[in-house]
Amino acid sequence: MQILVCIKQVPDMESKFKVNADGTWYEGTDLAWRMNEYDEYAVEQAVQLKEQVGAADVTVLSIGPERVKEALKKALAMGADRAVQLIDDFAYQKDPFQIASVIAAFAREKKFDLIFTGMQSQDRGSGQVGVLIAEMLSIPSITTIVDFSFSEGQIVAKRELEGGIKSIVKTKVPALVTCQLGLNTPRYPTLPNIMKAKRKELLSISISELLKVEGKQETAKMYFPEKKGGGLVLEGDVGDLADQLIKILDEKIGVLAR
Amino acid sequence: MKALLVAEYRDGKLLNSTYELVAFAEQLGADSVMFLVGSENMLPQYDGTLYLADSSKYSEFNPVVHKQMLLDVITKEQPDMVVFSHSSYGWDLAPRISLALNAAHVSEVVDIINGVPVVPVCNGKLRREVKVKTTQMVVTLQSGVFSLDVEPSGSPTVVPIDTEVAVQLVFCGYEEAETGGVDLSKAEVIVSAGRGIGKPENIEMIAQLAKALGGEFGASRPVVDAEWAEHNRQVGTTGQTVSPKLYVACGISGAIQHLAGMKKSEFVVAINTDKDAPIGEIADVFVIADLKQFVPVLTEKLVNIS
Ligand SMILES: Cc1cc2nc3c(=O)[nH]c(=O)nc-3n(C[C@H](O)[C@H](O)[C@H](O)COP(=O)(O)OP(=O)(O)OC[C@H]3O[C@@H](n4cnc5c(N)ncnc54)[C@H](O)[C@@H]3O)c2cc1C
Repeated sequence: MQILVCIKQVPDMESKFKVNADGTWYEGTDLAWRMNEYDEYAVEQAVQLKEQVGAADVTVLSIGPERVKEALKKALAMGADRAVQLIDDFAYQKDPFQIASVIAAFAREKKFDLIFTGMQSQDRGSGQVGVLIAEMLSIPSITTIVDFSFSEGQIVAKRELEGGIKSIVKTKVPALVTCQLGLNTPRYPTLPNIMKAKRKELLSISISELLKVEGKQETAKMYFPEKKGGGLVLEGDVGDLADQLIKILDEKIGVLAR
Repeated sequence: MKALLVAEYRDGKLLNSTYELVAFAEQLGADSVMFLVGSENMLPQYDGTLYLADSSKYSEFNPVVHKQMLLDVITKEQPDMVVFSHSSYGWDLAPRISLALNAAHVSEVVDIINGVPVVPVCNGKLRREVKVKTTQMVVTLQSGVFSLDVEPSGSPTVVPIDTEVAVQLVFCGYEEAETGGVDLSKAEVIVSAGRGIGKPENIEMIAQLAKALGGEFGASRPVVDAEWAEHNRQVGTTGQTVSPKLYVACGISGAIQHLAGMKKSEFVVAINTDKDAPIGEIADVFVIADLKQFVPVLTEKLVNIS
């Protein structure tokens, strides 16, 4: 069974962001980078599936500059068999349509039985790439899954809907699923597995070999949202802060006068 | 300018988000028509043409079939814009439509400035204006942003639609949310734990503060996914919607899906080490502090007062 997992490297969301010089994206330097949270669930599910079926090969793919190799190595250490980096220093300028086209071009010949992606990236958050890849490959896709099972060529997945409701959906492979938080518990790579991962294949291909389409959209402008203000910001010694907060709560809403 | 609004049905009911699509079209000054896979028995209050397919025949979720019916309507109506909610239904169907139309798709629109869609980036820390290079455009709208000023009214002119496309996916029904235990929707005070609590043992600290304030404790999604708290304590789009007098968010960044569940709270206190956390935007009091130091001190002082 051939399995593909698409992962993205994103900044830690607690970073102090800066807008880049031409005002169209965030500045990439001085950020701590990690694997997109949703994609960790995708990697884990692919590895669990391999463990279940035995004869399977898991390829993990990421588009981006040199540093994305770190995310790929983590996926290898989690149990993926091989990694592919599509080298692109300007991946952030590509729209979801271009990114999906590139991945579909890579996947088309390889005839993957199952493709896993995250439901969205934490930075751009478009949530389109997974579905677009599947549509381009003419295979069914199931989005926002929080439960996955596979047997005899059929997937049964639970899709998460609003308000805690789930819907149950079935389809046959080949297929693509996009993974949502809570799907599983992503494993931490152990030291022996990190060592083992160093010997696994990590192939780098220039994106220009696969990119054949123009984008349909681009970022015109990026900025920080206007601070609406109004709220009171308190900083300082924790004891003083607690006293101040208690006073406010008492005056404003009388929480203490119960 | 003409917009095709894609309304939604869930478990036999029309979703209220449908009216957000109407509000959006009104804000743009666009003419609109509506598409719905639903039922004659529960029509939207809408003054226009409604293309209606029968959900008992085509199910409430089937992207392959719904896509085909939508494309048929698009061919007939030639809208400039196809508008979805940014919901489990919308973000599933919208990319399929955009690809078929060869049109740009802008997800999670929170504003339109001079005709240009604006979307959040990095958990809402930044905003992005998107230049669309195609003549037709597909958008999904973030929930709760566009709302009607007046009560919805009118009754639509219904045009029934059908299709014969083959099915690849089988929709096997719904699984209801877990219930029982705490009912956060009735609590007057909620103290919620976010990923910033760092480890499961620290839930206790949050529970103690909630107790000292005479309320219940809640949690953000990562805390629930990690099984540090039960699902019925999750606040947000995929959890509970709450409206307490006081909501204390401890170590919660304020992602849009969390805010959706708690923004009706009367008074919001946020405790966070990150000054730029989006929760600061809606907090009445924003305490910049390490919750591990601050929460126990606050709790102790509260206990000593009472
Ligand atoms: C379809 C969908 C549905 C979703 N539904 C929900 C939902 O119902 N509810 C929900 O909550 N989320 C939901 N999410 C997830 C949501 O997008 C966020 O991932 C989540 O809300 C983040 O939780 P958090 O704020 O606890 O964690 P984070 O975003 O990781 O934030 C942690 C915060 O803690 C702060 N912090 C860290 N250490 C400390 C410290 N010592 N003291 C004080 N502060 C500290 C950090 O500065 C940061 O702001 C959903 C996502 C999707 C895609």
